[in-house]
Amino acid sequence: MTALHTTGVQVVAVGASEHRPLIITLFSVFVVATLGITVWAGRQTKDATDFYAGGRSFSGFQNGLAISGDYMSAASFLGIAGSIALVGYDGFLYSIGFLVAWLVALLLVAEPLRNSGRFTMADALAFRLRQRPVRTAAGISTIVVSIFYLLAQMVGAGALVALLLGITGEGPRRLIVILVGVVMVLYVTIGGMKGTTWVQMVKAVLLIGGTLLITFLVFAKFNWNLSSLLGAAAEKSGKGAAFLEPGLKYGVTATSKIDFISLGLALVLGTAGLPHILIRFYTVPTARAARTSVNWAIGIIGCFYLMTIALGFGAAALLTPETITTSNAAGNTAAPLLAQEIGGGADSTGGAILLAVISAVAFATILAVVAGLTLASSSSFAHDLYANVIRKGTASEKEEVAAAKIAAVAIGAVAILLGIFAGKLNIAFLVALAFAVAASANLPTLLYSLFWKRFNTTGALWSIYGGLITSVFLVVFSPVVSGKETAMFPGVDFHWFPLENPGIISIPVGFLLGVVGTLLSKPEEDADRKYAELEVRSLTGAGAH
Amino acid sequence: MDPARPSASSGPPSADSYAEVQASAEFAQLRRSYRSFAFPLTVAFITWYLLYVLLSNYAGGFMDTKVVGHINVALVFGLAQFATTFGIAVWYSRHANAKLDSRADAIKARLEGPGTRGADDTDDTESTEATA
Repeated sequence: MTALHTTGVQVVAVGASEHRPLIITLFSVFVVATLGITVWAGRQTKDATDFYAGGRSFSGFQNGLAISGDYMSAASFLGIAGSIALVGYDGFLYSIGFLVAWLVALLLVAEPLRNSGRFTMADALAFRLRQRPVRTAAGISTIVVSIFYLLAQMVGAGALVALLLGITGEGPRRLIVILVGVVMVLYVTIGGMKGTTWVQMVKAVLLIGGTLLITFLVFAKFNWNLSSLLGAAAEKSGKGAAFLEPGLKYGVTATSKIDFISLGLALVLGTAGLPHILIRFYTVPTARAARTSVNWAIGIIGCFYLMTIALGFGAAALLTPETITTSNAAGNTAAPLLAQEIGGGADSTGGAILLAVISAVAFATILAVVAGLTLASSSSFAHDLYANVIRKGTASEKEEVAAAKIAAVAIGAVAILLGIFAGKLNIAFLVALAFAVAASANLPTLLYSLFWKRFNTTGALWSIYGGLITSVFLVVFSPVVSGKETAMFPGVDFHWFPLENPGIISIPVGFLLGVVGTLLSKPEEDADRKYAELEVRSLTGAGAH
Repeated sequence: MDPARPSASSGPPSADSYAEVQASAEFAQLRRSYRSFAFPLTVAFITWYLLYVLLSNYAGGFMDTKVVGHINVALVFGLAQFATTFGIAVWYSRHANAKLDSRADAIKARLEGPGTRGADDTDDTESTEATA
């Protein structure tokens, strides 16, 4: 059986390179079409509100679709499918955590944020605190979280190209990483939030369509019977029933079990602290529309994550583990490989077409997400760091938007450089790290700021910097960065922190430091009146932008 | 139940008017109606989710139990997380539509005064006050 499937691996690679023109054509069509939309949107982008918040002109449904497009990243599509395909049930935790997390955004964050902020996450955080220090902290944290997340998408883009071009060389991988970086900068600098939002909507429709198609074909193959799909996956994985049970990846040792809890916490608390998601709430006119958009997002994203069962277990049932890991060690190409297999295999036209379609969808996914991330981080740089901290409020709107565009180019360059150096990590897992940083550094201050009257500037700074430094520090000394074969620097070993995800330590640290910092310092001047304004405004929308 | 009216009839609400509104019984009711719903529900769904995570970790025997065919308790538990997420989203939105929006609109309209946000808001105020 093993010999037979080893031949299968080679067929996959050859088949992929033969149908390269089709894949490249589809991908080019998407890039050209979305750039067209971006130019059109750019013509309507006149002032800062247009650039940062799309003129607040989108409907709840449109924004819900765009949120889905912004959120369902390469981590969801490629990473989760790959994780489930390789470690079975444990990979499914990502789907559940990524979805449940939306309730935090719906119940506690979306509406008050929409009412109290203007353009960036820091607007809400700094509302009743000292502007300059809090904006500096929130701006830094926004940029760090976005760059972690960007890195994950860049790795995904690089992983795809090896499959698409049928070669595993570093050259083509780098080329694609650079291409993605250039296109995302074009989206943001030309189209601003309007252009980015439309790209995300188009992508969401494509991703849902592509995933529905694969799900349909997988289930048709297994007589619409979930149990037989799971049975086939368990058998082909070589792990038997254990493949369908929790613990294959995380149940091995007491440490890995704690890692699982850490990951679970980061996933559920991270979403509502992701700057690129938070700024999407400013694109609708009212808090009610923000609520509607989260509801649509929960519906769309939930359906998508349910379909990751078909993608992941389908890949496990129809491909061998060797096929998946030969193509990409972390499993990131399992979904496109599944598409090829289900279309009729590597030698068939059907397989080639499906592989091309799904790969193009994956590229679209990556492009839309990186555009959102670039917009969030460059907005924060321009609006928080440049306009409010460096220029102390003297910059004109035009200067601010110009600064955002320059920042977008710089962030694109950083993302390209990082993407070139990190090729082997699983994407879902990299994104989980971004979630851990967001949950540790951003969420505590956001919640305290909205709901705790006594909260002050010192508490915010302790919480943001404390959460940020703790989570990044622990990641640096974790097995993700050094000491493992799949680490970022596999040749050296300076790790001492045993967990891959820092959330279980850094999230409580972030929350705790917010309390300690606040209680050890004096209340904010005029705290009662400022909190009255924030509270009334966040609950009623009175005076909101 | 006589909320404070801002002295200025147009322009953004002043800091004083926010404080007055915050102290009003009407606002207290809106806040209670929001917090008493959202806060316990947040605790509940996070507990429910953590229960799932902990059971996956430490109750292997239970989670591995087969329900139908190859479908085990772990998968059913995972799918139940989807169901509760959809359910809570719908539940909260119904609560907000029924209990929060009209109150919030009424307070907002009074604070911002007539003429600050165009004719639409004035119409809203009248209709919400009539139905409230």
